Amino acid sequence: MGRYVLRRLLQLIPVFIGTTFLIFALVFAIPGDPIRALAGDRPLPAPVQEELRDRYNLDDPLVVQYGKYMANLVQGDFGQDFRGRPVSDIMAERWPITIKLSLAAFAIEIVIGLLAGLLAGLRLGSFIDNVVRISTVVIISIPVFVLGFTLQILLGVKWEIFPVAYNGTFNGLLLPAIVLASLSLAYVARLTRTTLAENLRADYVRTAVAKGLPRRRVVGVHTLRNSLIPVVTFLGVDLGSLMAGAIVTEGIFNIPGIGNQVFRSILSQESTVVVGIVTALVVIYLFSNLIVDILYAVLDPRIRYD
Amino acid sequence: MTQAPAGPAATAAPLDLEEWQPVISGTPLLEVRDLHVEFRTRDGVANAINGVTFYLNAGETLAILGESGSGKSVSAQAIMGIIDSPPGFITKGQLLFQGNDLLKMGPEERRKIRGRRIAMIFQDALSALNPVFTVGYQLAEMYRVHRGMSKADAKKGAIELMDRVRIPLAKERVNDYPHQFSGGMRQRVMIAMAMSLDPDIIIADEPTTALDVTVQAQVMELLAELQAEAQMGLILITHDLGVVADVADRIAVMYAGRIVEQAPIYDIYARPAHPYTEGLLQSIPRLDLKGQDLFAIKGLPPNLMHIPPGCAFNPRCPYSRDICREEVPKLYRVNADRASACYFWKEVIDGAPKR
Amino acid sequence: MTEQQQKVSRADAGSFVAAPQGGAALEAEVLPGLLPAGAAPEGRRASLWSDAWRELRRNPIAIISSLFILLVVLMAVVPGLFTRQDPRACEITLSKLRPSGEHWFGTDNLGCDYFAQTIYGARASISVGVLVTLGTAILGILIGAAAGYYGGIADALLSRASDIVLGIPLVLGAIVILTVIRSRTIFTVALVLMLLYWPTVVRIMRSTVIGTRNMDYVQAAKALGAGNLRVIRRHVLPNAIAPVIVVSTINLGIFIAVEATLSYLGVGLSRPAISWGLMISDAQRLFRSFPHLLLFPGLFLSVTVLSFILLGDAVRDALDPKLR
Repeated sequence: MGRYVLRRLLQLIPVFIGTTFLIFALVFAIPGDPIRALAGDRPLPAPVQEELRDRYNLDDPLVVQYGKYMANLVQGDFGQDFRGRPVSDIMAERWPITIKLSLAAFAIEIVIGLLAGLLAGLRLGSFIDNVVRISTVVIISIPVFVLGFTLQILLGVKWEIFPVAYNGTFNGLLLPAIVLASLSLAYVARLTRTTLAENLRADYVRTAVAKGLPRRRVVGVHTLRNSLIPVVTFLGVDLGSLMAGAIVTEGIFNIPGIGNQVFRSILSQESTVVVGIVTALVVIYLFSNLIVDILYAVLDPRIRYD
Repeated sequence: MTQAPAGPAATAAPLDLEEWQPVISGTPLLEVRDLHVEFRTRDGVANAINGVTFYLNAGETLAILGESGSGKSVSAQAIMGIIDSPPGFITKGQLLFQGNDLLKMGPEERRKIRGRRIAMIFQDALSALNPVFTVGYQLAEMYRVHRGMSKADAKKGAIELMDRVRIPLAKERVNDYPHQFSGGMRQRVMIAMAMSLDPDIIIADEPTTALDVTVQAQVMELLAELQAEAQMGLILITHDLGVVADVADRIAVMYAGRIVEQAPIYDIYARPAHPYTEGLLQSIPRLDLKGQDLFAIKGLPPNLMHIPPGCAFNPRCPYSRDICREEVPKLYRVNADRASACYFWKEVIDGAPKR
Repeated sequence: MTEQQQKVSRADAGSFVAAPQGGAALEAEVLPGLLPAGAAPEGRRASLWSDAWRELRRNPIAIISSLFILLVVLMAVVPGLFTRQDPRACEITLSKLRPSGEHWFGTDNLGCDYFAQTIYGARASISVGVLVTLGTAILGILIGAAAGYYGGIADALLSRASDIVLGIPLVLGAIVILTVIRSRTIFTVALVLMLLYWPTVVRIMRSTVIGTRNMDYVQAAKALGAGNLRVIRRHVLPNAIAPVIVVSTINLGIFIAVEATLSYLGVGLSRPAISWGLMISDAQRLFRSFPHLLLFPGLFLSVTVLSFILLGDAVRDALDPKLR
């Protein structure tokens, strides 16, 4: 097992380099002069432009730029935005909110999603099963921005159950968390339902019943243990993407999180900020995938020694 | 092959047929009386079992033989009480275990019998065992759940069980997972699980079908030994005539949900009393008939939703006459120990093997 | 968020693609039943595809979804069939009208007929969805099949490349690239999405091909002297393609939503294109007093996505050997 982890970690490195370089290239190699974008309508005197160019290594070939950037990165220096503010400060300020939001969404998705999926899977074809099936498919179909927007209007403005936008309190995170969780919740419910239903038909369930085990144990111990494998792995992947920040949701509810930040930075062509944040995102994503793979190997003995 | 003779004699059954009443001393361990099971599906009702009667004594091995769809597995599941309902329903009959009708018991009572007094071994041990729990866990579970033993004691019991079924290095392997065992070893684990609480009856549903021939022999030997030791009743369900020859005391041949012949093991091989059994025996390739075409019973087993009227075997039967297509034959007495559900069993038993 | 949708459409392929490294599980799940089915009633040749088609035909949900999809596609291709009004013939004096006999869906901020806008808006979303799905499906099938079947260095390189591209979250990457493109058309948006999404489809196809190529019937075909191309074409492809079809159908819906999301964020189609996403974005400020501005495009968008997902589900159920 240790060897497997080591091997995966090593595999991670070239992918990390590749992905970050790709992003770097996408952001920095794009047409358009960031210096001019920064200056806006005011023309900058040539020496100032020179200085800025030098500071941001904009004259070096792309690969060199990348190399210098990475060298700084591993020392914790993510560079600065065009106003001189360290990107790491920006991230430190914005990420905690996104994390809070993600955890809230994660909790909602686990509790409601699992519950709905379990109930539906245990009673296939029943009323509750149909309710779950229909509602999940409807939720999946409504794009997040439509759903978020609608809920904001209905629950925030019209019925005033939740604050309309983020107001600094936990309460203000609740509605966005629900919106963020909604899509994943639907998938968790469906996945749980399908896996549970499949496992209930499995041969080993027949054996467990033939062993005279009480139904409670057959379902609660035998089936559940098998059914949870795909669900847990999905949840792991999902947590990773939640942490990456939800651009749309943060935008609608005006949450000063990382998703919001990266979106605004892209639009204003703050290349360093974008690369900094996305690089961190990539790291999170790669690691969460690795953890999920390990988790899967832990949960399913059949694929232990890969 | 004898052709059906024409004329009035052809449509009537022989006059000297007696219905067979098994001679049973005392209360048999298990008695199945006139069992009927049907499966109600979207496309119709499949009559899986249509009036099956047999019995089993302690220390005896009864083999139930039949093709796929004959109803042999369903009978076993009915006895265990594990038929999925819906779509399966037991519509008639009695299942007398030590004199008590299982069908009249509540689910909790039945559950207590399951695994403890009547245990079952399934065909494919790889899918029948839970892949995410160790073998030791699944064995120990029997002790922990049914006897309330502690984890440590139960584990010791599991190791003992593995020893009993001769799995080498039991102590080390008790923490292994099912997929880490070979097919034969896995089947032994299944047997161990069934034996764990010293049941009165073990039902083995095609225990060796998924195994190599040599391993088959070993597993059958093991079953026979364990049975003799504990004086259990063993019901062996199979489609393989070869497998039962050494192990079984009696054989019941099933076709389309009914028993068509019951007999002590050697009598059936020597002189079958039903055309279907005869056909099965003839299909076994024989070394001394090298170079000739292999024999197969013509036709296919019937669709259980549309069982032919009269004797279900009649479309494929070389002896069939008009009466066969009209009335379902009962189990008729051949002698005290033998029965055959064929009007013309006398002809079958007298005739030379046909080709 | 749609980043999740990307991962989740992989997860939702569910019974087909088991787990990150769980290749064995995949084989066990998909393949035993994907062999051409055996005994057929009355000598009709049964195969996975004809059985699936028959079952789909009988499924009411599949039928209704397909009909609605057909409707929307028609809207995209021949919008003139549904409305005589020109969505761009706007009279500012008629702005923000409620639905009426004259304007079935009312008018928008600039006085354009909303019904016409909604109809014409279908084109953007459907086109992007179809282009991306078709493009990635074809690419995925060809590349995935080749990689899975032949293996070797090319396959290893491909896997690395896939991993790298997959490291970029879909929507994020799309936003980064699209921001710098001045005039974004249906094709540009579709191309960008294709570039970011192809590894997912390639992966699925590759997985199933790797599983299928070890099956006995493939070995048998080879033993009978079939060349590689023939084996791929007749034995491997038909069986391995099923998951890709299911995922693609569902993805069509998801990419329609992605296009709308990108347009909503302002990085999708450039104005003055008409897109449901743009319409919804415009409707934000005015929703309170004029709910119809959000309602109609939102409804059409959601129901279209819903239809594709339902159809995808139905196709998966029809193709799933275990449920038959």
